[in-house]
Amino acid sequence: MSTAAEHLHHDEHHDHKPSGIKRWLYTTNHKDIGTLYLWFAFIMFLIGGAMAMVIRAELFQPGLQLVDPNFFNQMTTVHGLIMVFGAVMPAFTGLANWMVPLMIGAPDMALPRMNNWSFWILPFAFLILLSSLFLEGGGPNFGWTFYAPLSTTYSNDSTALFVFSVHIMGISSIMGAINVIVTIFNMRAPGMTWMKMPLFVWTWLITAFLLIAVMPVLAGAVTMVLTDKFFGTSFFDAAGGGDPVLFQHIFWFFGHPEVYIMILPAFGIISQIVPTFSRKPLFGYASMVYATASIALLSFIVWAHHMFTTGMPVAAELFFMFATMLISVPTGVKVFNWVATMWRGAITFEIPMLFSLAFIVLFTIGGFSGLMLAITPVDFQYHDTYFVVAHFHYVLVTGAVFSIMAAVYYWLPKWCGKMYDLGLAKWHFWCSLISVNVLFFPMHFVGLAGMPRRIPDYALQFADFNKWISIGGFAFGLSQLIFLALLIKACRKQGEAATDRVWEGAEGLEWEIPSPAPYHTFETPPVVK
Amino acid sequence: MSEQHYEKYYVPAQSPWPFVGAVALFLIAVGAGNFVIETTKGKEGYGGWILLAGMAVLLFMLVGWFRDQIEESMSGMHSNQLGRSYRQGMSWFIFSEIMFFAAFFGALFYARMIAVPWLGGASNNAMTNEVLWPGFEAMWPLVQTPGGTTTEAMGWFGLPLANTIVLLISSVTAHFAHVALEEGKRKQLTLFLGITILLGLGFLVLQVEEYVYAYREMGLMLTSGVYGNTFFMLTGFHGLHVTLGTILLIIMFFRVLKGHFSKDNQFAFQAANWYWHFVDVVWVLLFIFVYIL
Repeated sequence: MSTAAEHLHHDEHHDHKPSGIKRWLYTTNHKDIGTLYLWFAFIMFLIGGAMAMVIRAELFQPGLQLVDPNFFNQMTTVHGLIMVFGAVMPAFTGLANWMVPLMIGAPDMALPRMNNWSFWILPFAFLILLSSLFLEGGGPNFGWTFYAPLSTTYSNDSTALFVFSVHIMGISSIMGAINVIVTIFNMRAPGMTWMKMPLFVWTWLITAFLLIAVMPVLAGAVTMVLTDKFFGTSFFDAAGGGDPVLFQHIFWFFGHPEVYIMILPAFGIISQIVPTFSRKPLFGYASMVYATASIALLSFIVWAHHMFTTGMPVAAELFFMFATMLISVPTGVKVFNWVATMWRGAITFEIPMLFSLAFIVLFTIGGFSGLMLAITPVDFQYHDTYFVVAHFHYVLVTGAVFSIMAAVYYWLPKWCGKMYDLGLAKWHFWCSLISVNVLFFPMHFVGLAGMPRRIPDYALQFADFNKWISIGGFAFGLSQLIFLALLIKACRKQGEAATDRVWEGAEGLEWEIPSPAPYHTFETPPVVK
Repeated sequence: MSEQHYEKYYVPAQSPWPFVGAVALFLIAVGAGNFVIETTKGKEGYGGWILLAGMAVLLFMLVGWFRDQIEESMSGMHSNQLGRSYRQGMSWFIFSEIMFFAAFFGALFYARMIAVPWLGGASNNAMTNEVLWPGFEAMWPLVQTPGGTTTEAMGWFGLPLANTIVLLISSVTAHFAHVALEEGKRKQLTLFLGITILLGLGFLVLQVEEYVYAYREMGLMLTSGVYGNTFFMLTGFHGLHVTLGTILLIIMFFRVLKGHFSKDNQFAFQAANWYWHFVDVVWVLLFIFVYIL
């Protein structure tokens, strides 16, 4: 018998955790890998946040004072890349790693070794991206959307490193998504039929499909940028018969499903939390599933609403406008269902519920500004202004990031076995909630008044609003340090022991196992009735 | 499956290989990035060596990881459920590969149907043509770019057609090899698998010959405007996938010689076979859209 077989035998009888650094480097355990993803995402969130602080410090006053414009551009670019690929996506993958096997009664993820590989290539990818900032000529400075010809003709040499680091991020996402999708298809406990799956699992299933479908397209886009810049091709150069607009088509064919990749798992989280603290089952479970699937399918035919001003035939502009507005229907179904779940429920306002309520209200604001942007003729005014920045920060910060925080506050007692410091958590919530609105709400006004995005200086009439935006930004940044303190305390296992169910109204397999969750769970699948 | 018959799902113990693989990809990315900068911008550096080191580590990782995997498989630790995980995982991987090619096919169609006609003044772009690219005529294959680069178009008859036939036959022989495995006919299995590998290698040789001919005789190069770009990027990435597929088949060949695989234990063989069929389908699309039309 091989040594691997002996290990198997060994693990069967002991709930032993390997010790030392090797536990984390060589792990095949979904809980360890989930923890790694979540900590990595949080560290990236702080680094990307620090870059946002640089941006807001420069924009505190009109004029150029702290950083030179090239560095400012690198900050906006790398802030975006880090927050999208380093913070939000890995955080959701970490949550999927931790929770999907527990929610469907599986012993682990379907492909545990590949799971480890998907995680460990990520820190290396960001090491490359971040170190390119220190090279001669600086790092990427063309915006996270790396439009050609900014990323080809006018970019610096470090673009090659940017391209390969994005390749690795893509490989990581694809492998992570394959793992999630196969786990859900193949590892459900007996009786866990499709329409019994928790919504977090459903939304992640659909997200994983989107990831596998569009991350390779991003790989194609960066490859074309690489060959255009370094090997003399002209995909994005009219002189050779190409077209810079082609870049935008390919990028946004990836990019629009990508924004749903960052919000569908959030919908799943909110759909878990709201019923728990309303003490009612989720209203309209089936319609939630169909709405999620509809949003995912529609996401493939709306990409060009990011390009209304770049020159398309009117017929295309109209098609993309109407297709985009169609998305508000399934999204509206979701918001309606969350509100209907709370209707006449016995609601209590624990921390996860507070974040979820903030999500529902503030994400809806982001959704409405999205509808405004979807209307082609008015988008001609809003395009590339701070109104767009306000819109996507409402959906990504008060949407995706708030949902991740809600999820952490919801499941942290299950992970650590201890209730976290509720005082700190309340401070974190209220400071974040107030500061995030001081930060992003005035961006709507300066945007409508015409302040362009990605510019280190601005006209004097925007000075007052920008001062307040920056103050909100610093406050929001500092508020996250409260979260850091809370998490460190929780990891040190301080606090009261949590019960197995943790929350009075919680339903689902993850609450049937002890707190903290044992290292191996459901080695023999439970039967779901 | 009743409960007492539940086969335990094999969750491997700790493994160093994924981390080794992560280091390998790190070295490859750093090396490739620097190598690209150094070779195209004429700078000094170690990019190429780092890239090679990364490849070596990757090879080391693959050997180790595959060895563990094969050992586990041969000692019967894989349940049917795990087999389904592997098959589904491989199917989704192939789907992601299809989407990668879709990006380049999309670029081809966009350039051909939209970008080039617009540069020639189609739709409402008369002034684009008149003012920016006077005298440019839209055509496909684009043998004269708006910038003035000229080239020749690759025909479909001759070498490309021969290559199509080679690859199509290889897909059939790969299928025969699988049938032989199902029926337990080991000799036929070895024979058909061997033929498939030879056809794959033959395809690659012909492909190289075609590239040499394109560069030397036709002046069709990677830099020959968007026609040359799409031609070389699509056929080039396809060629890389054929190379990978051939390597997979060669590994399977040696495993067959060692007596591995049976009707019930054949995931790796099946995966390599699927991959081969996928590569074949992509080629048929290439032949139609890049060569013939």
